[in-house]
Amino acid sequence: MDWTRIIQNTLEAAIGRDAIVYALAAIGLNLHFGYTGLLNFGQVGFMAVGAYGVGIGVRELDLSIWAAMPIGILAAVALALLLGIPTLRLRADYLAIVTIAAGEILRLAFRSETFNDYTGGSSGINQFANDFYSVNPLSGDTDLGIIDFSAGQLWVRIVGWLLVLAAVGFVWLLVRSPWGRVVKSIREDEDAVRSLGKNVVAYKMQSLIVGGVIGAVAGMVYAISAQSVQPDNYGTATTFYAYVALILGGTARTWGPVIGSIILWSLLAFTDAFLREAIGAGWLPESIIDERQVGQVRLMLVGVALVALMVFRPQGIFGDRREIALTSR
Amino acid sequence: MSDATPTTAAKPDFFAGVAEEIGVAKHDPIIVADSVVRRFGGVTAVDVDHLEVQRGAVTGLIGPNGAGKTTFFNLLTGFDKVDGGDWSFEGGSLRGLAAHQVARRGVVRTFQLTKALSRLTVMENMKLGAAGQTGEKFWSSLVRGLWSAEEKANEERAEALLARFNLTHMRDEFAGTLSGGQRKLLEMARALMAEPQVIMLDEPMAGVNPALAQTIIGHVTQLSREGLTVMFVEHDMDVVRTVSDWVVVMAEGQIIAEGRHGSIVTNTRVIDAYLGAHHTTPLDRAEQDRQLAAAQAAVEAEAGEAS
Repeated sequence: MDWTRIIQNTLEAAIGRDAIVYALAAIGLNLHFGYTGLLNFGQVGFMAVGAYGVGIGVRELDLSIWAAMPIGILAAVALALLLGIPTLRLRADYLAIVTIAAGEILRLAFRSETFNDYTGGSSGINQFANDFYSVNPLSGDTDLGIIDFSAGQLWVRIVGWLLVLAAVGFVWLLVRSPWGRVVKSIREDEDAVRSLGKNVVAYKMQSLIVGGVIGAVAGMVYAISAQSVQPDNYGTATTFYAYVALILGGTARTWGPVIGSIILWSLLAFTDAFLREAIGAGWLPESIIDERQVGQVRLMLVGVALVALMVFRPQGIFGDRREIALTSR
Repeated sequence: MSDATPTTAAKPDFFAGVAEEIGVAKHDPIIVADSVVRRFGGVTAVDVDHLEVQRGAVTGLIGPNGAGKTTFFNLLTGFDKVDGGDWSFEGGSLRGLAAHQVARRGVVRTFQLTKALSRLTVMENMKLGAAGQTGEKFWSSLVRGLWSAEEKANEERAEALLARFNLTHMRDEFAGTLSGGQRKLLEMARALMAEPQVIMLDEPMAGVNPALAQTIIGHVTQLSREGLTVMFVEHDMDVVRTVSDWVVVMAEGQIIAEGRHGSIVTNTRVIDAYLGAHHTTPLDRAEQDRQLAAAQAAVEAEAGEAS
């Protein structure tokens, strides 16, 4: 039983790429779902257009990665407008249906043979982020005691967490303002807000755009850190992992999505490493579980933990229990 | 309108010399509706030929359940779309305007089922009401300096209104914890934050205890004294008497009578359509039994059809 390895894996996951990507995606969802009450089930679509915007910008348009990033952002704004204009006047469930479908449509379109020349089909776009790594001021490996990173890994993590901080700060500035009061009121009751002279559709659109752009940034971080965009990484499950992170941390809380994402990925890494070590040390006999089953079993265990959280702490880690009591009225 | 200092001056008689008949012209109408029609499938829910609402007066819109009062309210405030007709506020047409645009013109409504914003505090509810806030614009909201003074002024105005509506002690509580009656008060106070010229109250007294109903009546009267035009929907005839200067009666989507309360209660059309033949005479035992038997027979007949 090698506890150092378990702790190592857990810590690496806590500040790792997935924690950053899902923190960003969940910050966007928090603005949509937590503050404005928009049911966006297609956050992955925003991530995909962000990632492909950068990939196509570099590969097909011969732009530098810095010039390609605004393309990803603009694509997210366009997607928000496209999804929002027909649905935001309708009840909340229509947006949910349209976004979940749009996410899948985008994935299948990016994957299709037809656009092979631009998107690379099912093999995606690779090795387009060299500009990002060439400005890396770090060199050599960095040893942080128990864990160590290559220069490239650490560079991605530093920039990634700075982006998370920036997104948290931006959303915080928005929601503590009168603008935030309006969107929270829309979450509670649209008609009341209308009756007081606020243009509800415009506010919902602004929220959808901002949260979608933050989602696109998440997609870019994912693509740049892997130096690759693969269509099948942008499936529906990605959105729901972001929701898990958000609800785990607590909706409508500034740090909820960030803490939720960190906990989710370190929990997954911990159970994975722990099970493997336990099997290796002979604590768990092969007749109950073998190495190949660890991947599934850890999801089950984390699932059980999440169910327990919802039972005993439905408001998430940072949530306010009083608010949950009010919603069930 | 001033929030803090109540005026006690007697109200002028807005309806001197106005005939008590349907569609009559008022001295100084603030809202004028013409041929407003709304159909749901084959049912004509609202068909109002002509109605003028007097500025500064309290106009009660009454009628039995299903008369189309709330639908008419929804049409006037942009919460529903008409099938025909036109209506204006201060001479400008409101037809086709979205609900928030109507509110910005100065016609603010409340709802029959109160819409307290549960997970916001009472104070946040109030501050939401204020119109034209810089801090509600996307980019300005990011810079506190642009809106902190405005926010403070709104907070002071909200404090005054909360005191007036007896909600000061609840200011930092979630609105979802308020009682039904307190929600009604909060909704009225919040509407006043928008500084409307006309306030439209949808059943402000429904489901509140008699003491609180009296308080609400007091508030309505006071608002009217301060120059606000009030229009409200109510189905209880007795409530209307004490508070309204003018009563409009609807039944089956149409206006069937207009006038002061005194003439409405003696109007035979109103009595037939709305009050029922026995409203003013107390029922004797035999009559009660007869009505019970009739109702029971009707229920049984319906149950028979259903099975």
